[in-house]
Amino acid sequence: MSVAILREGDYLIAAILSDLTDTEVVELRGELIELVGRYRSRGLVIDVSALDVIDSFVARALRSIVLTVRLRGAHTVIAGIQPDVAIALVQFRLNLGPLRAALDLDAARALLDQLAGGEAEDGR
Amino acid sequence: MSEMSQNPSRADGPRTTDDPTVAAEQEQLLPQLVAHLREHRSKLREEWVGRIRDAHLLEAMTQQEMAAETTSVYDNYVEVLETGSVEALQHYARDLSERIIPRGVETHEVVGIVLLLRDVLARSLFEKYQRDFSLLNRILDAYEPAANRIANTVAVSFVDERERVIRQQQDAIRELSTPVLPVRERLLILPIIGVLDSERARQLTEQLLAGIRTHRAKVVVIDITGAPDVDTTVANHLVQTVDASRLMGASVIITGLSPTIAQTLVDLGVDLSKIHTMGDLQGGLEEAERQLGYHVTRKDGATTT
Amino acid sequence: MADEVRVVIADDADLVTARAEARAMAERLGFPRPDPTLIATAISEIARNIVVHSGGGEIVLKPLEDANRYGLMVIATDAGPGIRDVEAALRDDYSGRGGLGLGLPGARRLMDEFAVVSQTGRGTTITMTMWCKEGQR
Repeated sequence: MSVAILREGDYLIAAILSDLTDTEVVELRGELIELVGRYRSRGLVIDVSALDVIDSFVARALRSIVLTVRLRGAHTVIAGIQPDVAIALVQFRLNLGPLRAALDLDAARALLDQLAGGEAEDGR
Repeated sequence: MSEMSQNPSRADGPRTTDDPTVAAEQEQLLPQLVAHLREHRSKLREEWVGRIRDAHLLEAMTQQEMAAETTSVYDNYVEVLETGSVEALQHYARDLSERIIPRGVETHEVVGIVLLLRDVLARSLFEKYQRDFSLLNRILDAYEPAANRIANTVAVSFVDERERVIRQQQDAIRELSTPVLPVRERLLILPIIGVLDSERARQLTEQLLAGIRTHRAKVVVIDITGAPDVDTTVANHLVQTVDASRLMGASVIITGLSPTIAQTLVDLGVDLSKIHTMGDLQGGLEEAERQLGYHVTRKDGATTT
Repeated sequence: MADEVRVVIADDADLVTARAEARAMAERLGFPRPDPTLIATAISEIARNIVVHSGGGEIVLKPLEDANRYGLMVIATDAGPGIRDVEAALRDDYSGRGGLGLGLPGARRLMDEFAVVSQTGRGTTITMTMWCKEGQR
């Protein structure tokens, strides 16, 4: 299985476990959007720490998830972007505007607590 | 000596191997020359060692080392004259450099001893061919370009090796001078001291991102007070570093921005309002603590959150 | 050359292979971080173009050696429809959806050297290289 999805109360945690094909990325997007709706999650964490490449396709998919899931009232945090991947994303100049990122799952949950808790502090 | 300046071929300078008859002749002369240098090897080598001592060169070497190295250099020298191939010499010169640089032998010493050998051998040729002036000239025409190429090769190999060593040392220094300091929980300070070049900027990013991971930092303060100036490439890199840090969940505060550097960033199209900048490190730290949710108590009892 | 690696690009599973092979070669050659990731990312973009726009092609990874540096060259070829306007494709049209979505400008930003040769109806060849200075290995 390439992705593990867990429900933790109001939050949904999706951990990507290995490099995904484009088809799997599209499937994942559909699945997460559906699940967020079904469980009325208030927060979604996507753990990408197993990805050693995030290219424009995956980045666009992530951005799309963030925006769509927002429409259903949930915040998304991307957790675990590897250092080299972060550099590549920046050098590539991918527009990651709305994306919120956290170092790991714990930090992601904490950030969601802040966002979904209604305080909406500008963590940028 | 006035004869020399009147000699037609000498006045034009040494004849080159562009002239086919000259080349053919040199082909016969070189073996003669090499044979002579081999025949008188011991004597000439000793004479050379004497000159080295008189010039106070290679004082870092023991007598045995001196004997061994001068023998090797002499033999290599003669072999290059004979074969015209500098590869073996390059190899030897690199090898020699690797051995003697750590012992503190300097460039001028290496260049010096090679030139002294050149002189010693030249004089020996003068002595041998003094009766036939035109032959002497032709011998020198064969000898000089080869001797110069040797001196050049040895010197360049030595300098290259030195530069390699210096680069290694610089890398070590750079690493030391971009320390990432965990000051408090979740807070890193990266003070940048000295010139920030492309290579250093790259290392800086790597160390910073690794530091964010290791210390699980949420805020990083990069203080560039100690960096005299920053060019566009490096400024660009700094901005990328900030963005990359954010992707790892850390916010960045840059402190110590001089007006010049601030201008460079603005010219780059960097929206300075996107990056937190503070005048000095103190201000940066306070802002960082504020972001981390610390309460800062001042001496007069007033608090800020 | 014995050291060359060839990856056939036919479907999106091959992108995973291409990324992995590129990273493996870059690390084997001693590229310092983050270069292996940059190379793998650039290749992912180019390989995807082949799958999406050309119906198939191949990528060759070639180790290079110069006077005082090492390199990794990527040669991506396909027999697809070709790119009509290479200059436009190389321009940054990344606003929201992004121009043609070809990812070429992005890949170019990641690599040291980048060249595109394309002929309508004949296909495209993209050559890109990453260099690594001797002292950095």
